[in-house]
Amino acid sequence: MSAVLEFKDVHKSFGKGEAKREVVRGVSLAVESGQCFGFLGPNGAGKTTSLKMALGQTSPDSGTIRMLNHAIPAEARIAREKVGVVPQMDNLDPDFTVAENLIVYSRYFGMSDAKAKSQVPMLLEFAGLTGRENANIRELSGGMKRRLTIARALVNDPDFIVLDEPTTGLDPQARHLIWDRLKALRARGKTLLLTTHFMDEAERLCDRLAVIDAGLLIAEGSPRELIEKTIEPDVVEVFGDDVASLKDRVSAFATRIEVAGETLFAYTTTPKPLTEALSQFAGIRVLHRPANLEDVFIKLTGRELRD
Amino acid sequence: MSDFSLFRFIPIWRRHFLAWKKYWLSSLMFSTFEPLVYMVGFGYGMGALVPELGGMTYVAFIASGSLAFGAQNGATFEGMYSAFSRMFIQRTWDAIINAPMSLFDVMMSEWTIAATKAVLSSVTFIAALLVLGISREWTLIWVVPVALLIGLAFAALALIMTAVAKGYEFFSYWFSLGVLPMAMISGVFFPVEQLPKWLQFIGDCLPLKHGVELIRPLVQGKLPSDVLLHVGVLALYALGGFAIATHLIRKRFAN
Repeated sequence: MSAVLEFKDVHKSFGKGEAKREVVRGVSLAVESGQCFGFLGPNGAGKTTSLKMALGQTSPDSGTIRMLNHAIPAEARIAREKVGVVPQMDNLDPDFTVAENLIVYSRYFGMSDAKAKSQVPMLLEFAGLTGRENANIRELSGGMKRRLTIARALVNDPDFIVLDEPTTGLDPQARHLIWDRLKALRARGKTLLLTTHFMDEAERLCDRLAVIDAGLLIAEGSPRELIEKTIEPDVVEVFGDDVASLKDRVSAFATRIEVAGETLFAYTTTPKPLTEALSQFAGIRVLHRPANLEDVFIKLTGRELRD
Repeated sequence: MSDFSLFRFIPIWRRHFLAWKKYWLSSLMFSTFEPLVYMVGFGYGMGALVPELGGMTYVAFIASGSLAFGAQNGATFEGMYSAFSRMFIQRTWDAIINAPMSLFDVMMSEWTIAATKAVLSSVTFIAALLVLGISREWTLIWVVPVALLIGLAFAALALIMTAVAKGYEFFSYWFSLGVLPMAMISGVFFPVEQLPKWLQFIGDCLPLKHGVELIRPLVQGKLPSDVLLHVGVLALYALGGFAIATHLIRKRFAN
């Protein structure tokens, strides 16, 4: 098996003395060729720092990183010749047109002007931006900008594409279009690494997931494995003014019960007796659904807000 | 660094130049117009009162000072405001270092585009001198490489400011506490011989005076003396400043 990206016991801290914080605390993982690998975790978990280390933009304190058979950070610049990056923060060139953005970026890879120009139509077609080559960046919608950023990450025909929260801030239509493009890239055999907060996105796109929290890798596996391994198969959500008072009365039917605000979450392997018991109560709404990745994520990382 | 390359930055320089081409008129106005106003205003206004200075008309005196000051202005603005907005606001640098470019390459591009601005500003200024008939000497040609050197020196200093800046406000310190006092003791607007010795000494240690002393004779159709000294000081500021700026930027990006 050939790992496109490999972390071995990677540590990274920022600050000195009293203010020293260890942001990544011994992460080991491997992204295999052809996979779409999802990197999940709450804000401040160490995702972005890990990506920056993978790209060689900040050095680990200890541990080893290899990307596309290059030692990182020593050979990171060379490794990046075959990597595409879609950053979290939009950094297209606002002064340039759509086509100029792609041409200028292509030249950073040592490409000739002619080659850079010749591949613009193909990239725009992939991004669904055909006919927009002369549009100003400021005229584009959020979804179009993100698609252009993905096209920009493809100028060097990369083997490995890193996407940091590719659909944050987009409306559902735009998100679906991005998902469709990412699936197309996977179908072409590209290896993808993406970070996301959206569990539906991770469940849909990723072959393999790693959950990181407080700098530690706390779970790894396929979405299905993680759901089966970590959590009960059924979830019953109960909405109402005083759901907390129901907790004791239905606890016999559930393995785990959590109350968050006006919602009660009951995790169970036997949903039928639970929903029957709940049907006796008035003034509540009940939703029975299969467990999903979001439940796994909440169970692993807790319900508290992370800022 | 094993894969150090002196010329890899050129595509990034071309990016900055393409952006400049979109706004060249307003950009040139900014870096050339202000020194031109000084020259015309003081040159003809004061010039009526001070007919001659060291064997040249006051207008020619201040023209040569303004040439050096304009080159400085062009480079300083680019190295501070433009570089900072590319680094911090537009995040252009982040995009570039995701490609196979290093921070050194980015710094090379910023340094050289800022020096390019100094050259462009001096070329427009020389054109104004020719049109106004203030100087029509063939030695004006040599002002261009001097402007490049002034540009590299002040771009390096500006990039140090950028490396430590948290916001644009910070840059006004450099203008008010650095550049403007420096102009007062560098012979830009008036001769420095009547200044106290210690002030003259400080001027000798700073880069702008050496730029002025190279340019002033060239505007008069003469070749400057002590060329090696003046070029040496400017080159020292350029190379030393650039090394410090690159070091500080690397530190900033590692955190």
